[in-house]
Amino acid sequence: MSADNMHIKLKVWRQSNSNTKGDFENYSLDHVSPDMSFLEMFDVLNEQLIEEGKEPVAFDHDCREGICGMCSMYINGRAHGPLKGVTTCQLHMRSFNDGDTIVVEPWRAEAFPVIKDLVVDRDAFDRVISAGGFVSVNTGNAQDANSLPIPKIAADEAFAAAACIACGACVAACKNASAMLFVSAKISQLALLPQGQAERTIRAEKMVAQMDAEGFGNCTNTGACSAECPKEIGQENIARMNREYIGAKLSSSAV
Amino acid sequence: MATSSSLDAKIPQGPIETKWSKYKSSVPLVNPANKRNLEIIVVGTGLAGASAAATLAEMGYKVKAFCFQDSPRRAHSIAAQGGINAAKNYQNDGDSVYRLFYDTIKGGDYRAREGNVHRLAEVSGNIIDQCVAAGVPFAREYGGLLSNRSFGGTQVQRTFYAAGQTGQQLLLGAYSGLQRQVGMGTVKMYNRHEMLDVVNIDGKCRGIIARNLITGEIERHGGHAVLLCTGGYGNVFYLSTNAMGSNVTAAWKAHKKGAYFGNPCFTQIHPTCIPVSGEHQSKLTLMSESLRNDGRIWVPKAKNDTRPGNEIPEEERDYYLERRYPAFGNLVPRDIASRAAKERCDAGYGVGSSKLAVFLDFAAAVERYGRGEANKNNIANASKEDITAWGKAVVKEKYGNLFDMYKQITGEDPYEVPMRIYPAVHYTMGGLWVDYNLMTTVPGLYALGEANFSDHGANRLGASALMQGLADGYFVIPYTIGAYLAKEIGTGKIPTDHPEFVKVEKEVKDRIDTLLSIQGKTSPELFHRRLGKIMWDKCGMARNEQGLKQAIMEIRELRKEFWRDVKVMGSKDEFNPELDKAGRVADFIELGELMCIDALTREESCGGHFREEHQTEEGEALRDDDNFMFVSAWEHKAQEEWELHKEELIYENIKIAQRSYK
Repeated sequence: MSADNMHIKLKVWRQSNSNTKGDFENYSLDHVSPDMSFLEMFDVLNEQLIEEGKEPVAFDHDCREGICGMCSMYINGRAHGPLKGVTTCQLHMRSFNDGDTIVVEPWRAEAFPVIKDLVVDRDAFDRVISAGGFVSVNTGNAQDANSLPIPKIAADEAFAAAACIACGACVAACKNASAMLFVSAKISQLALLPQGQAERTIRAEKMVAQMDAEGFGNCTNTGACSAECPKEIGQENIARMNREYIGAKLSSSAV
Repeated sequence: MATSSSLDAKIPQGPIETKWSKYKSSVPLVNPANKRNLEIIVVGTGLAGASAAATLAEMGYKVKAFCFQDSPRRAHSIAAQGGINAAKNYQNDGDSVYRLFYDTIKGGDYRAREGNVHRLAEVSGNIIDQCVAAGVPFAREYGGLLSNRSFGGTQVQRTFYAAGQTGQQLLLGAYSGLQRQVGMGTVKMYNRHEMLDVVNIDGKCRGIIARNLITGEIERHGGHAVLLCTGGYGNVFYLSTNAMGSNVTAAWKAHKKGAYFGNPCFTQIHPTCIPVSGEHQSKLTLMSESLRNDGRIWVPKAKNDTRPGNEIPEEERDYYLERRYPAFGNLVPRDIASRAAKERCDAGYGVGSSKLAVFLDFAAAVERYGRGEANKNNIANASKEDITAWGKAVVKEKYGNLFDMYKQITGEDPYEVPMRIYPAVHYTMGGLWVDYNLMTTVPGLYALGEANFSDHGANRLGASALMQGLADGYFVIPYTIGAYLAKEIGTGKIPTDHPEFVKVEKEVKDRIDTLLSIQGKTSPELFHRRLGKIMWDKCGMARNEQGLKQAIMEIRELRKEFWRDVKVMGSKDEFNPELDKAGRVADFIELGELMCIDALTREESCGGHFREEHQTEEGEALRDDDNFMFVSAWEHKAQEEWELHKEELIYENIKIAQRSYK
């Protein structure tokens, strides 16, 4: 396709703040290049709005290379749009057709209130990590890094879970707004590594308790979270988290 | 511009091997009861900020941490790909603290401070220990021990990594430590807050003014020390590998309040980035330097060869890095690889539609690894197809996420055709001038990580940014801050109703009102693009006197136009990314001017700073050690007016030579 010749119609969610009601607004863009990223298409929209004296659309974004987890658009009913294993910032307009109408909404979940337009508040994730998503080791206490060999398979599996970028797509994609994929990724990473063993049970208990307190829903094994996850975090992590949690509950009553 | 006396970096006396250990044993301590009453403000939560905030809180200080993102975990350290260096010598290939020290000084083209760099090399091993203990899943060998690879400018394998997501894994390790302290109440975290000024009282830094980016509220925060861990300023070029939000505002405000700016013109252009595809481009994406372990860089021997890379026969290819630098080949340092790519493209050998790209080719690595797999499995007569398939599988395991990213952005499959790459702005070696304690020229105000200028000289080696960020935060500042805070135990709580807080807060508010009241015709984004073009054309990979002088005039005009014609939508009492951007662009414009002045006064070439007037016959950077072996530290005097202070660089442990990678 030659450059800059797509015409795109947009239906974008606009909402001034968490206390007001939002609604869709329609926009039309000419001269969209298939090589543009989805967010660059939004840059063009915003420059057009500014020129017309209208307020640009607020959206979260930062690294634009798929790793910071900041971008968060719900595109045509799918978290991060139509492609598998891709964040919104890495989605390009060549994935759409000339003349398409694209509907863009924020993440929708009780635990992620809208701040403005497409921007939501994901502080709940930080609080879940604060509850137990760490190894309690103060700086300066570590032994030599090679003193404890870790089988490559365990290390690789822990890494695969640790690849989570906490974007919240799992929550947005889930009909129950469950955060289990996010929480289980961190619990799995640390449960698979020897360094995580000392706090293994208390971690599972505390993180799950915080997850519930934040108002995230429960898991009904639909699998949408993993299917829509831009880092393709596997559903087996949820199974592992459930095992960790049940095991913890059987042996302790700390939480 | 005036020039004044030299600066004292406060480097401890004694032999280089014992400076840091002696310093640690003699630095004043603060007892636990007093630590509880001392407040430290940490701005920025990347590797340096998160590790510093967590560690200082563990030690018992009261910490407040700030980030402009919605979570500390999103700081741009997260995007670092290839790895982190440490002098562990796990590969038994002759590595040592001295070698890492030497490689870093040489890589920086003899413009870094010996004392700091040796300390960095000394603590590098502790960083890996700490990260592993915190659950960072580094790559491992089948025996369960840590794996290493090579990076540019070294001949040993000392780079630890986690696939192509090393920065992510290290940051998440530091972030989890930080969140642990947040949960314990020892760190108060302020997400979506931007520091808009520092407050100095009686010559000491006593706090900051920050804007709550959700509500627009302007807040005063007092502290006994302020740590700026706010990253680099590569976005002054508009297009860079930095995140969209990365900015110089915190460092620039500190500069205008008395902190000298060190070597602002030292910027790193990374050789392997995905080339610009069009006018709409908002940022550039790096392809990790680790790819040069296995990828071979080349251009066609004939000009204007438009055949796809995989259809150009071997004998018609020019592997120009291997040709020019046989000792280091494709693993020469970044500045050298970038200039060599520019040289080939300028000479007409570039590839792709823009002709501003060179090939990074994995075909040879695929074959080599494929044969290795065949040997490992005792298969004697493997078919070419099988070898290719096995080789691709090995390459996928090493670099899979990078290859996917490349394909997603360009629409081309790098397993089948060579990648097209071109240099792009990546990192800034310059930053706030700091002494050995990481303190700026304002007492109580510190700068850590990329925000300071200290360890990389005129060119940073790959995998050393992560090392420096974590060294500063985990292992340096926890000691050095004691030297200052030990004298602050009698100060008491910092009163934020002090007239100085009132005054600075008013300045911040007035500036916001001005930005919103201009209501001109041009968006902040367009000003940023124009600034970026001036900087890239005249203060980028190659610089000359005439261009720099012209750039300074153009930037001054641009600044005036900005304050006459900027159009900022929305209001100040709400979530308003346009207002945030306008403030950042205004600061970038002022910084751009200083960068050009610095580049103009440094009449030599060194590392990433290449003055066309100063090069060898072979086109290599030509230093002038007699006249320029110093750090340029600029003091802000007034609009368009700076005074140059010099810190002489003294090399007692390294023999100065022309940097050669041949």
